[in-house]
Amino acid sequence: MTAEPITGIVTPIRLDYTYTPGTSPSQFLRGMKEGRILGRRCPSCAKVYVPPRGGCPMCGVEFAEEVRVADTGTLVTFAVVNVNFANRVIDLPYVSGEVRFDGSDTTSMVLVQGIPVDQVRMGMRVKAHWLPRDEWDFTFANIDYVEPLDEPDADYESYKEFV
Amino acid sequence: MTEVLSAPHSMEFPYTRSTGPMVGAFLTGLRDRRVLGVRDSAGRVVVPPPEYDAGTAAVLPADELIEVASEGVVTSWSWNPKPRLGQPFEQPFAWVLVQLDGADTGLLHALDAPRDAIRTGMRVRIRWAEEPVGFIKDIACFEPAP
Ligand SMILES: [Zn+2]
Repeated sequence: MTAEPITGIVTPIRLDYTYTPGTSPSQFLRGMKEGRILGRRCPSCAKVYVPPRGGCPMCGVEFAEEVRVADTGTLVTFAVVNVNFANRVIDLPYVSGEVRFDGSDTTSMVLVQGIPVDQVRMGMRVKAHWLPRDEWDFTFANIDYVEPLDEPDADYESYKEFV
Repeated sequence: MTEVLSAPHSMEFPYTRSTGPMVGAFLTGLRDRRVLGVRDSAGRVVVPPPEYDAGTAAVLPADELIEVASEGVVTSWSWNPKPRLGQPFEQPFAWVLVQLDGADTGLLHALDAPRDAIRTGMRVRIRWAEEPVGFIKDIACFEPAP
């Protein structure tokens, strides 16, 4: 029996949800299950949202056209992570990045791998690294991470609105 | 129209809470299978012991705790027909307020007894966890006293 007095306790707070993503995100998740990144285009401003919502938050109109975007893209900004959090076991330090997939007008947060942390830069061209096909599920986590493409960096002007 | 997906989703925050001197001493007592309370300004023995007096807001003495019995009387109870994850029992059970012998207030916990057998005034005792660690679950539950 320990002699040290108790000074702290762990008290987990847990919430169990039934998550219903709605029609447009459901479509996106079905695409992920098949290894496709799907978005939808606003008929008014022509911007492509990934994952798609029901309508355009800027124009207030319903989306119509479904668009498949590429799994290559541009790293528009990133953070070097030096502290792991519960249930996340990735070798430190690692890079969490915002990637604009080609054909999309939004960015997605993804893990960046395959390059030393101190060589990661804004504008870097990247490609999705997918989990093995038999592990694909209805989740964006099918994209395990992105890794560098052997291409020149994108021009800052081309992605500055996403920074 | 795409059929809408649905999936279970759990979110959990593993909070670490500092206990402060009074709750820390109470939990340390449980680890030794002892239940501790504190005497408040009105002379009542309060279990579990609060850090401040409910009437005067004065700091109560964490180094002058009073041990009470591990047996007492049910002063109130409420049936829980649908236990949730992490509660003391998976099957329906009663939450009880137990005034332990030597205490003047009720301690909230679970009672392992059939619903028909439960009544205010019944004598119950603590069933200790096999391996106390310094947590409220060191009291596994209450059970009817023989
Ligand atoms: Zn729009």
